Amino acid sequence: MTKNSLLDRREAVKALLADRGDLLVVTGLGSSSYDAFDAGDHAGNFYLWGAMGGAGVMGLGLAQAQPKRPVLVITGDGEQLMGIGGLLTIAARKPQNLSIAVLDNGHFGETGMQRSHSGLGAKLDAIARGAGIPSVVEITDMAGVAAFRSEVHRIGNGPKLALIRISTDHVDRALPPRDGVFLKNRFRQHLGLAVS
Amino acid sequence: MNIAAPADTAVQTDWPDAIYRTLKAHGVAQISYVPDAGHSRLIELSHADPAIATTVLTTEEEGVALSAGAWLGGDRAALLMQSSGVGNCVNMLSLLASCRFPFLTLVTMRGEWAEFNPWQIPMGKATAQAFEIMGVTVFRLEQPEDAEEVVSAACSLAFESDQPIAILIAQRMLGRKKWTETK
Repeated sequence: MTKNSLLDRREAVKALLADRGDLLVVTGLGSSSYDAFDAGDHAGNFYLWGAMGGAGVMGLGLAQAQPKRPVLVITGDGEQLMGIGGLLTIAARKPQNLSIAVLDNGHFGETGMQRSHSGLGAKLDAIARGAGIPSVVEITDMAGVAAFRSEVHRIGNGPKLALIRISTDHVDRALPPRDGVFLKNRFRQHLGLAVS
Repeated sequence: MNIAAPADTAVQTDWPDAIYRTLKAHGVAQISYVPDAGHSRLIELSHADPAIATTVLTTEEEGVALSAGAWLGGDRAALLMQSSGVGNCVNMLSLLASCRFPFLTLVTMRGEWAEFNPWQIPMGKATAQAFEIMGVTVFRLEQPEDAEEVVSAACSLAFESDQPIAILIAQRMLGRKKWTETK
Protein backbone atom coordinates (compact mmCIF):
# COMPACT_ATOMS: atom_id res chain seq x y z
CA MET A 1 0.00 0.00 0.00
CA THR A 2 1.39 3.37 -0.98
CA LYS A 3 -0.56 5.15 1.73
CA ASN A 4 2.11 4.43 4.35
CA SER A 5 3.01 8.10 4.05
CA LEU A 6 -0.07 8.96 6.14
CA LEU A 7 0.98 11.38 8.83
CA ASP A 8 0.92 11.08 12.59
CA ARG A 9 -1.71 13.61 13.68
CA ARG A 10 0.15 14.74 16.78
CA GLU A 11 3.36 15.30 14.88
CA ALA A 12 1.50 17.21 12.16
CA VAL A 13 -0.30 19.52 14.60
CA LYS A 14 2.88 20.09 16.61
CA ALA A 15 4.58 21.22 13.40
CA LEU A 16 1.63 23.48 12.48
CA LEU A 17 1.86 25.19 15.87
CA ALA A 18 5.66 25.47 15.98
CA ASP A 19 6.94 29.00 16.74
CA ARG A 20 3.35 30.15 16.82
CA GLY A 21 4.01 33.81 17.54
CA ASP A 22 0.75 35.75 17.49
CA LEU A 23 -1.27 32.89 15.99
CA LEU A 24 -4.83 32.40 17.29
CA VAL A 25 -6.29 28.90 17.15
CA VAL A 26 -9.79 27.40 17.20
CA THR A 27 -10.01 23.61 17.32
CA GLY A 28 -12.93 21.42 16.31
CA LEU A 29 -14.70 18.97 18.59
CA GLY A 30 -12.83 15.70 19.11
CA SER A 31 -9.28 14.63 18.49
CA SER A 32 -8.26 17.94 16.89
CA SER A 33 -8.72 19.62 20.27
CA TYR A 34 -6.59 16.92 21.93
CA ASP A 35 -3.88 17.32 19.28
CA ALA A 36 -3.62 21.09 19.79
CA PHE A 37 -3.57 20.69 23.56
CA ASP A 38 -0.91 18.00 23.32
CA ALA A 39 1.24 20.36 21.23
CA GLY A 40 1.22 22.78 24.20
CA ASP A 41 -1.64 24.50 25.96
CA HIS A 42 -1.89 28.20 25.09
CA ALA A 43 -4.20 31.06 26.03
CA GLY A 44 -4.62 31.74 22.31
CA ASN A 45 -6.22 28.32 21.81
CA PHE A 46 -9.99 27.94 21.94
CA TYR A 47 -10.91 24.27 22.18
CA LEU A 48 -14.42 23.32 21.14
CA TRP A 49 -16.00 20.52 23.16
CA GLY A 50 -19.26 20.79 21.25
CA ALA A 51 -20.70 22.99 18.49
CA MET A 52 -19.99 20.26 15.95
CA GLY A 53 -19.61 21.83 12.52
CA GLY A 54 -18.99 25.30 13.91
CA ALA A 55 -15.19 25.52 14.14
CA GLY A 56 -14.62 27.02 10.68
CA VAL A 57 -17.21 29.79 10.91
CA MET A 58 -16.18 30.51 14.50
CA GLY A 59 -12.71 31.04 13.07
CA LEU A 60 -14.25 33.41 10.51
CA GLY A 61 -15.87 35.54 13.22
CA LEU A 62 -12.56 35.67 15.08
CA ALA A 63 -10.54 36.43 11.95
CA GLN A 64 -12.87 39.32 11.09
CA ALA A 65 -12.52 40.71 14.60
CA GLN A 66 -8.70 40.36 14.56
CA PRO A 67 -7.71 41.03 10.95
CA LYS A 68 -4.05 41.66 11.77
CA ARG A 69 -3.47 38.33 13.46
CA PRO A 70 -3.27 34.97 11.74
CA VAL A 71 -6.11 32.65 12.72
CA LEU A 72 -5.90 28.89 12.28
CA VAL A 73 -8.79 26.46 12.59
CA ILE A 74 -7.68 22.89 13.23
CA THR A 75 -10.42 20.36 12.75
CA GLY A 76 -11.21 16.87 11.50
CA ASP A 77 -12.91 15.64 8.36
CA GLY A 78 -16.06 14.71 10.30
CA GLU A 79 -16.37 18.10 11.98
CA GLN A 80 -15.82 19.95 8.72
CA LEU A 81 -18.32 17.72 6.93
CA MET A 82 -21.03 18.65 9.41
CA GLY A 83 -20.39 22.33 8.69
CA ILE A 84 -19.54 21.92 5.02
CA GLY A 85 -21.64 24.93 4.01
CA GLY A 86 -19.37 27.03 6.19
CA LEU A 87 -16.65 26.69 3.55
CA LEU A 88 -18.88 28.65 1.15
CA THR A 89 -19.57 31.25 3.82
CA ILE A 90 -15.85 31.65 4.54
CA ALA A 91 -14.95 31.81 0.86
CA ALA A 92 -17.56 34.51 0.25
CA ARG A 93 -15.95 36.74 2.91
CA LYS A 94 -12.33 36.18 1.75
CA PRO A 95 -10.68 36.65 5.16
CA GLN A 96 -6.99 37.17 4.39
CA ASN A 97 -5.83 35.97 7.81
CA LEU A 98 -7.83 32.73 8.12
CA SER A 99 -6.48 29.24 7.48
CA ILE A 100 -8.16 25.90 8.02
CA ALA A 101 -6.30 22.64 8.56
CA VAL A 102 -8.54 19.62 8.08
CA LEU A 103 -6.99 16.52 9.63
CA ASP A 104 -8.48 13.89 7.38
CA ASN A 105 -8.30 10.21 8.31
CA GLY A 106 -11.47 9.34 6.43
CA HIS A 107 -13.17 8.22 9.64
CA PHE A 108 -15.27 9.42 12.55
CA GLY A 109 -12.57 8.72 15.10
CA GLU A 110 -14.45 9.73 18.24
CA THR A 111 -17.47 7.56 17.68
CA GLY A 112 -16.11 4.17 16.77
CA MET A 113 -14.12 4.72 13.59
CA GLN A 114 -16.99 4.54 11.17
CA ARG A 115 -15.93 5.60 7.70
CA SER A 116 -16.71 9.23 6.90
CA HIS A 117 -17.84 10.62 3.56
CA SER A 118 -14.21 11.47 2.96
CA GLY A 119 -13.30 7.83 3.53
CA LEU A 120 -16.11 6.89 1.17
CA GLY A 121 -14.76 8.97 -1.68
CA ALA A 122 -15.67 12.63 -1.11
CA LYS A 123 -12.81 14.99 -1.92
CA LEU A 124 -12.82 17.77 0.64
CA ASP A 125 -10.08 19.66 -1.18
CA ALA A 126 -12.14 19.69 -4.37
CA ILE A 127 -15.19 20.79 -2.38
CA ALA A 128 -13.18 23.61 -0.78
CA ARG A 129 -11.99 24.75 -4.22
CA GLY A 130 -15.51 24.55 -5.53
CA ALA A 131 -16.71 26.60 -2.58
CA GLY A 132 -14.37 29.35 -3.70
CA ILE A 133 -11.48 28.97 -1.24
CA PRO A 134 -8.61 30.45 -3.27
CA SER A 135 -5.74 28.50 -1.73
CA VAL A 136 -6.21 24.76 -1.19
CA VAL A 137 -3.52 22.13 -0.74
CA GLU A 138 -3.52 18.43 -0.03
CA ILE A 139 -0.70 17.45 2.30
CA THR A 140 0.78 13.99 2.66
CA ASP A 141 4.19 14.65 4.17
CA MET A 142 5.81 16.74 6.88
CA ALA A 143 7.48 19.03 4.35
CA GLY A 144 3.98 19.96 3.21
CA VAL A 145 2.95 20.65 6.79
CA ALA A 146 5.96 22.93 7.30
CA ALA A 147 5.17 24.81 4.09
CA PHE A 148 1.54 25.28 5.15
CA ARG A 149 2.66 26.50 8.58
CA SER A 150 4.52 29.34 6.84
CA GLU A 151 1.44 30.13 4.75
CA VAL A 152 -0.70 30.31 7.89
CA HIS A 153 1.52 33.08 9.25
CA ARG A 154 1.54 35.03 5.98
CA ILE A 155 -1.50 37.30 5.85
CA GLY A 156 -2.81 37.51 2.31
CA ASN A 157 -4.11 35.19 -0.40
CA GLY A 158 -6.65 33.88 2.09
CA PRO A 159 -8.61 32.03 3.09
CA LYS A 160 -6.42 28.94 2.91
CA LEU A 161 -7.30 25.33 3.48
CA ALA A 162 -5.03 22.33 3.86
CA LEU A 163 -6.31 18.80 3.72
CA ILE A 164 -3.79 16.87 5.80
CA ARG A 165 -3.89 13.12 5.30
CA ILE A 166 -3.38 11.55 8.71
CA SER A 167 -3.30 7.95 9.82
CA THR A 168 -6.00 6.29 11.89
CA ASP A 169 -3.39 4.99 14.32
CA HIS A 170 -4.34 5.26 17.97
CA VAL A 171 -2.95 8.17 19.96
CA ASP A 172 -3.37 8.69 23.70
CA ARG A 173 -6.04 11.12 24.80
CA ALA A 174 -4.77 14.51 25.93
CA LEU A 175 -7.70 16.39 27.35
CA PRO A 176 -7.76 20.20 27.35
CA PRO A 177 -9.82 22.19 29.87
CA ARG A 178 -13.56 21.75 29.34
CA ASP A 179 -14.84 24.85 31.10
CA GLY A 180 -16.05 27.04 28.25
CA VAL A 181 -16.27 30.22 30.32
CA PHE A 182 -12.66 29.75 31.44
CA LEU A 183 -11.49 29.16 27.87
CA LYS A 184 -13.38 32.20 26.60
CA ASN A 185 -12.11 34.52 29.31
CA ARG A 186 -8.56 33.25 29.01
CA PHE A 187 -8.64 33.83 25.27
CA ARG A 188 -10.02 37.37 25.58
CA GLN A 189 -7.52 38.20 28.29
CA HIS A 190 -4.77 37.00 25.98
CA LEU A 191 -5.99 39.58 23.45
CA GLY A 192 -6.12 42.30 26.08
CA LEU A 193 -9.93 42.46 25.97
CA ALA A 194 -12.17 43.17 28.93
CA VAL A 195 -13.25 40.12 30.88
CA SER A 196 -16.48 40.97 32.61
CA MET B 1 -32.15 43.73 -9.11
CA ASN B 2 -34.90 45.60 -7.40
CA ILE B 3 -36.44 44.12 -4.29
CA ALA B 4 -39.81 45.61 -3.53
CA ALA B 5 -40.04 46.79 0.06
CA PRO B 6 -43.27 46.67 2.04
CA ALA B 7 -44.66 50.20 1.88
CA ASP B 8 -48.01 50.16 3.64
CA THR B 9 -47.07 53.08 5.86
CA ALA B 10 -44.12 55.35 6.35
CA VAL B 11 -43.49 53.88 9.80
CA GLN B 12 -43.14 50.39 8.40
CA THR B 13 -40.23 51.39 6.22
CA ASP B 14 -38.47 53.19 9.07
CA TRP B 15 -38.03 50.45 11.62
CA PRO B 16 -35.11 48.66 9.92
CA ASP B 17 -33.26 51.97 9.94
CA ALA B 18 -34.02 52.35 13.64
CA ILE B 19 -32.66 48.84 14.28
CA TYR B 20 -29.56 49.63 12.25
CA ARG B 21 -28.91 52.87 14.13
CA THR B 22 -29.38 51.13 17.47
CA LEU B 23 -27.04 48.27 16.59
CA LYS B 24 -24.45 50.85 15.52
CA ALA B 25 -24.91 52.79 18.74
CA HIS B 26 -24.18 49.59 20.66
CA GLY B 27 -21.01 48.95 18.69
CA VAL B 28 -22.13 45.98 16.61
CA ALA B 29 -19.32 45.36 14.12
CA GLN B 30 -20.40 42.06 12.54
CA ILE B 31 -23.77 41.11 11.10
CA SER B 32 -24.49 37.71 9.59
CA TYR B 33 -27.69 36.61 7.98
CA VAL B 34 -29.76 34.10 6.11
CA PRO B 35 -31.85 36.44 3.98
CA ASP B 36 -35.49 37.19 4.56
CA ALA B 37 -37.66 39.75 2.80
CA GLY B 38 -38.47 41.32 6.16
CA HIS B 39 -34.75 41.89 6.79
CA SER B 40 -33.90 43.10 3.27
CA ARG B 41 -33.55 46.78 4.20
CA LEU B 42 -31.37 46.04 7.24
CA ILE B 43 -29.20 43.70 5.17
CA GLU B 44 -28.80 46.45 2.58
CA LEU B 45 -27.78 48.98 5.24
CA SER B 46 -25.33 46.50 6.73
CA HIS B 47 -23.65 45.71 3.41
CA ALA B 48 -23.37 49.43 2.64
CA ASP B 49 -21.51 50.07 5.91
CA PRO B 50 -17.77 49.40 5.66
CA ALA B 51 -17.54 49.36 9.47
CA ILE B 52 -19.74 46.26 9.65
CA ALA B 53 -18.40 42.91 8.43
CA THR B 54 -21.52 41.50 6.77
CA THR B 55 -21.62 37.76 6.21
CA VAL B 56 -24.17 35.78 4.22
CA LEU B 57 -24.61 32.27 5.66
CA THR B 58 -25.66 28.99 4.11
CA THR B 59 -27.57 28.00 7.26
CA GLU B 60 -28.51 29.81 10.44
CA GLU B 61 -26.41 27.86 12.96
CA GLU B 62 -23.28 29.16 11.25
CA GLY B 63 -24.28 32.58 12.53
CA VAL B 64 -24.33 31.33 16.13
CA ALA B 65 -20.75 30.07 15.85
CA LEU B 66 -19.69 33.16 13.92
CA SER B 67 -21.09 35.46 16.60
CA ALA B 68 -19.20 33.52 19.28
CA GLY B 69 -15.97 33.79 17.29
CA ALA B 70 -16.52 37.52 16.85
CA TRP B 71 -16.88 37.96 20.61
CA LEU B 72 -13.72 35.93 21.24
CA GLY B 73 -11.91 38.47 19.07
CA GLY B 74 -13.54 41.52 20.66
CA ASP B 75 -16.36 42.22 18.20
CA ARG B 76 -20.08 42.50 18.93
CA ALA B 77 -22.21 40.63 16.42
CA ALA B 78 -25.85 40.22 15.45
CA LEU B 79 -27.53 37.43 13.48
CA LEU B 80 -30.53 38.03 11.21
CA MET B 81 -32.83 35.21 10.20
CA GLN B 82 -36.39 34.11 9.63
CA SER B 83 -38.34 32.00 12.11
CA SER B 84 -38.01 28.92 9.89
CA GLY B 85 -34.26 28.92 10.60
CA VAL B 86 -34.46 28.89 14.37
CA GLY B 87 -34.80 25.13 14.63
CA ASN B 88 -31.56 24.75 12.69
CA CYS B 89 -29.72 26.50 15.50
CA VAL B 90 -30.70 24.37 18.48
CA ASN B 91 -27.52 22.36 19.05
CA MET B 92 -25.24 25.27 18.17
CA LEU B 93 -26.98 27.37 20.83
CA SER B 94 -25.37 25.08 23.43
CA LEU B 95 -22.10 26.85 22.56
CA LEU B 96 -23.56 30.03 24.06
CA ALA B 97 -24.71 28.34 27.25
CA SER B 98 -21.49 26.37 27.71
CA CYS B 99 -19.27 29.43 27.35
CA ARG B 100 -21.69 32.19 28.43
CA PHE B 101 -21.24 33.99 25.12
CA PRO B 102 -23.27 37.15 24.51
CA PHE B 103 -25.62 36.63 21.58
CA LEU B 104 -28.15 38.74 19.73
CA THR B 105 -30.44 37.58 16.96
CA LEU B 106 -33.29 39.35 15.20
CA VAL B 107 -35.88 36.98 13.80
CA THR B 108 -38.62 37.91 11.36
CA MET B 109 -41.69 35.81 12.08
CA ARG B 110 -43.62 33.68 9.64
CA GLY B 111 -46.49 31.36 10.34
CA GLU B 112 -48.20 33.43 13.03
CA TRP B 113 -50.32 36.15 11.36
CA ALA B 114 -52.18 36.20 8.04
CA GLU B 115 -49.86 33.45 6.81
CA PHE B 116 -50.66 32.06 3.36
CA ASN B 117 -48.15 29.18 3.43
CA PRO B 118 -49.15 26.34 5.75
CA TRP B 119 -45.59 24.96 5.70
CA GLN B 120 -44.45 28.01 7.68
CA ILE B 121 -46.80 27.32 10.55
CA PRO B 122 -45.14 24.47 12.50
CA MET B 123 -41.79 26.24 12.94
CA GLY B 124 -43.52 29.59 13.42
CA LYS B 125 -45.46 28.11 16.31
CA ALA B 126 -42.33 26.58 17.84
CA THR B 127 -39.94 29.49 17.34
CA ALA B 128 -40.03 30.98 20.83
CA GLN B 129 -39.95 27.54 22.47
CA ALA B 130 -36.99 26.44 20.35
CA PHE B 131 -35.03 29.36 21.75
CA GLU B 132 -36.31 28.91 25.27
CA ILE B 133 -35.40 25.24 25.58
CA MET B 134 -31.80 26.30 24.95
CA GLY B 135 -31.87 29.13 27.48
CA VAL B 136 -32.23 32.04 25.07
CA THR B 137 -34.32 34.96 26.34
CA VAL B 138 -37.04 35.91 23.88
CA PHE B 139 -38.31 39.46 23.28
CA ARG B 140 -41.08 40.37 20.89
CA LEU B 141 -41.18 43.47 18.75
CA GLU B 142 -44.80 44.17 17.89
CA GLN B 143 -44.80 47.88 17.04
CA PRO B 144 -42.39 49.66 14.67
CA GLU B 145 -42.06 52.59 17.04
CA ASP B 146 -40.67 50.27 19.75
CA ALA B 147 -37.78 49.07 17.58
CA GLU B 148 -35.11 51.28 19.10
CA GLU B 149 -36.10 50.64 22.69
CA VAL B 150 -36.40 46.87 22.33
CA VAL B 151 -33.17 46.48 20.36
CA SER B 152 -31.30 48.74 22.76
CA ALA B 153 -32.50 46.77 25.79
CA ALA B 154 -31.55 43.53 24.05
CA CYS B 155 -28.07 44.86 23.22
CA SER B 156 -27.44 45.82 26.84
CA LEU B 157 -28.58 42.43 28.10
CA ALA B 158 -26.55 40.60 25.50
CA PHE B 159 -23.30 42.51 25.46
CA GLU B 160 -23.16 43.85 29.00
CA SER B 161 -24.79 40.97 30.87
CA ASP B 162 -23.48 38.13 28.67
CA GLN B 163 -26.96 36.88 27.78
CA PRO B 164 -28.29 35.15 24.66
CA ILE B 165 -31.20 37.25 23.37
CA ALA B 166 -33.61 36.74 20.48
CA ILE B 167 -35.95 39.46 19.26
CA LEU B 168 -38.92 38.07 17.35
CA ILE B 169 -40.31 40.64 14.95
CA ALA B 170 -44.06 40.08 14.68
CA GLN B 171 -45.44 39.05 11.33
CA ARG B 172 -48.29 41.47 11.92
CA MET B 173 -45.77 44.27 11.98
CA LEU B 174 -44.01 43.02 8.85
CA GLY B 175 -47.27 43.02 6.94
CA ARG B 176 -48.69 40.53 4.52
CA LYS B 177 -46.12 38.97 2.25
CA LYS B 178 -45.70 40.86 -0.99
CA TRP B 179 -44.36 38.85 -3.86
CA THR B 180 -41.06 40.37 -4.82
CA GLU B 181 -40.09 40.78 -8.44
CA THR B 182 -36.71 41.19 -10.02
CA LYS B 183 -36.28 43.48 -12.98
